[in-house]
Amino acid sequence: MSADGGEAAARAGSPPPLEIRGLTVAYGERPVLWDVTWSAPPGLTGIVGPNGAGKSTLIKAALGLIPALSGTARFFGRSLEEVRNRVGYLPQRASVDWDFPATALDVVCMARYPRMRWWGRVPRAEREAARAALAEVGLADLAERQIGRLSGGQQQRVFLARALAQDADLYLMDEPFAAVDAATEQAIVAVLRRLAAAGRSVVAVHHDLSTVADYFAHVLLLNGRAIAAGPVRDAFTPEAIAAAYGGRLNLLEHASVHAAGRS
Amino acid sequence: MRPAAGHPARAAGRSLPGAGAMTLGYNTLVVLAGCALLGLAAGTVGAFALLRGRALVADAVGHAALPGVVLAAMIVATLGHDPRSLPPLLAGAALAGVLGVLAVQALARTRRIREDAAIAIVLSSFYAVGVALLSYVQTMPGAAQAGLTKFILGQAAAMRAEDALWAGAVATLALALCLLLFQRLRAACFDPDFARVQGMSAARTDLALLGLIVTVTVAGLQAVGLILIVALLVLPAATARLLTYRLPRLLLLSAVVGAASGAAGAAASAAAPDLPTGAAVVLAGAACFTLALLFSPDRGLVPEALRRARRRLAAAEEHFLRAAWEAQEAAGAGPGTAGDRWTPIAALAAARGWAEARAWRLARWLALRGLVALSERQVHLTPRGAAAARRAVRAHRAVEHHLLAIGAADTAGADRLADLVEHGLSPEAASRLLPEPSSLPASPHALGGKP
Repeated sequence: MSADGGEAAARAGSPPPLEIRGLTVAYGERPVLWDVTWSAPPGLTGIVGPNGAGKSTLIKAALGLIPALSGTARFFGRSLEEVRNRVGYLPQRASVDWDFPATALDVVCMARYPRMRWWGRVPRAEREAARAALAEVGLADLAERQIGRLSGGQQQRVFLARALAQDADLYLMDEPFAAVDAATEQAIVAVLRRLAAAGRSVVAVHHDLSTVADYFAHVLLLNGRAIAAGPVRDAFTPEAIAAAYGGRLNLLEHASVHAAGRS
Repeated sequence: MRPAAGHPARAAGRSLPGAGAMTLGYNTLVVLAGCALLGLAAGTVGAFALLRGRALVADAVGHAALPGVVLAAMIVATLGHDPRSLPPLLAGAALAGVLGVLAVQALARTRRIREDAAIAIVLSSFYAVGVALLSYVQTMPGAAQAGLTKFILGQAAAMRAEDALWAGAVATLALALCLLLFQRLRAACFDPDFARVQGMSAARTDLALLGLIVTVTVAGLQAVGLILIVALLVLPAATARLLTYRLPRLLLLSAVVGAASGAAGAAASAAAPDLPTGAAVVLAGAACFTLALLFSPDRGLVPEALRRARRRLAAAEEHFLRAAWEAQEAAGAGPGTAGDRWTPIAALAAARGWAEARAWRLARWLALRGLVALSERQVHLTPRGAAAARRAVRAHRAVEHHLLAIGAADTAGADRLADLVEHGLSPEAASRLLPEPSSLPASPHALGGKP
């Protein structure tokens, strides 16, 4: 199951954007991830699996946000500490308090903190970079709006803009499409495609099996262990999906998966 | 001003006996300034404490400080120094406060109880130890116990100028650190995980915030007292939060409310030496908070209730005017025109399904506004009223038409739904929903009494 992406990147002569080896994570005594070894190739990769499969855990453990029992995560062949400025993060929208006293621009500016002195005001250049990121997700007009007064989809786009403002080479995104309206979903997809076209990589936790083939070039099927990984065409098979979801996938979803697989 | 034997500071403050009410003593002024500065720092630090969900930690720090203060006084007295000297007492308070917070974290980390319970257990236990030590100290010979109880409820009037300078200096330090760390604190408060991914140590920022909370708490012990100091951290911040969504403005407001509360408390304590300063400070802060909660233009309860009432009244007005218009149509004036017949108010009430008294109240109100003419028991639309009624009818029928056209409701359902959503629909929006934008269509349902 060790991935094709690693080999492809090795052939290209550069280490993969993300390489995970033997990652095991447990909450208390309950293991969530078992010895996951996987590497993400350049481009757009979706992480798919049932609820509780450890998708978000994989991302958080790779970023060192939760402790791992064992295993390592390398970014571009280096430790996270060495290449922090090349790694961007988009957390789940529900992970913060949206009633926080901040404007959309304030939130996006937080992505530029590593480039600033840690005291004093946000310099004009950084503010402009943050504005540009907001414009890229279609929120230029709402820069000064309090974040609590944005719709759910707009809040998600603020998070996306903040990630863009990090100007990273690899983005780890935790459910960027969770509970957003159709317009926001299309806006996010457009941004992901622009990132891929610009040579950036994205690893995104995704929950909608019917759009995997549309949105991503590569996929990791996860259920505690890495079930299958590779180009969507090869790895996203009905058999692999059934193996990842066990009996939990209902017939209707199966039907849409088959359709997606053929397209 | 009566001489207060129990309050040496006040005696010293009256440097010019009989100089008149206009002249405040140097000591009183210094204490007032010290308390204002303390409030300023507490308001600023408290804003971050509140945003990071650490308000109760401040309470734990305050209560846990008591055994530290008493032990420090005992040690100093045993060594033969003046036990009223402030720095050792504050150091003891800070140490015990930090220990209390560490105990809370250790308890919570066992995962046997939740953090709120851990805080309650630690703060009461530490406080109990302090109270027990205090009663023991009072049996000791010497002056170790002198004035220790004032740390519990606070007594600004008993502060010497020297004490106030200490408190002010510590508060200024906390304020400066807070402003210096502004960006870091904001990032760690809003999204600690994101800050960590960026290489900022959220743990270190949290530690800095905790240090600031301890510093302010300790600085405020003598003036406000350890039981109520938490309020000086929370009330100004909570007040400011009701008034603004911008963090810099929130910090400024919180600092101003804190300073005002601190100064008010010190002034009250100077005027009435028996009044615990802590109580005065907290009451001033609570008054600010209550005012903001009730009257904040944006988030206040009263403006919100007014806005709701205004919207309800506007909706009822539109319903009344539309009923008057439709009564004309039903009487044969034809759609799109308002004939000039008089309509009985009772008939309008029946058409809306209202009690007649309600229809009467609205009729009188609309007559006052010049939208209807009132005569006997009947109403008649004035030209302005007819224009308003036509707008309301158009909005209603536009929504009805739209709901029917998209198959979202049957005729009766469309009528009911339109009643709810038509208000605030602009004439332009109504035009977009109607098949013939310029004309007024006939009602899709029979006009008259509601079921």
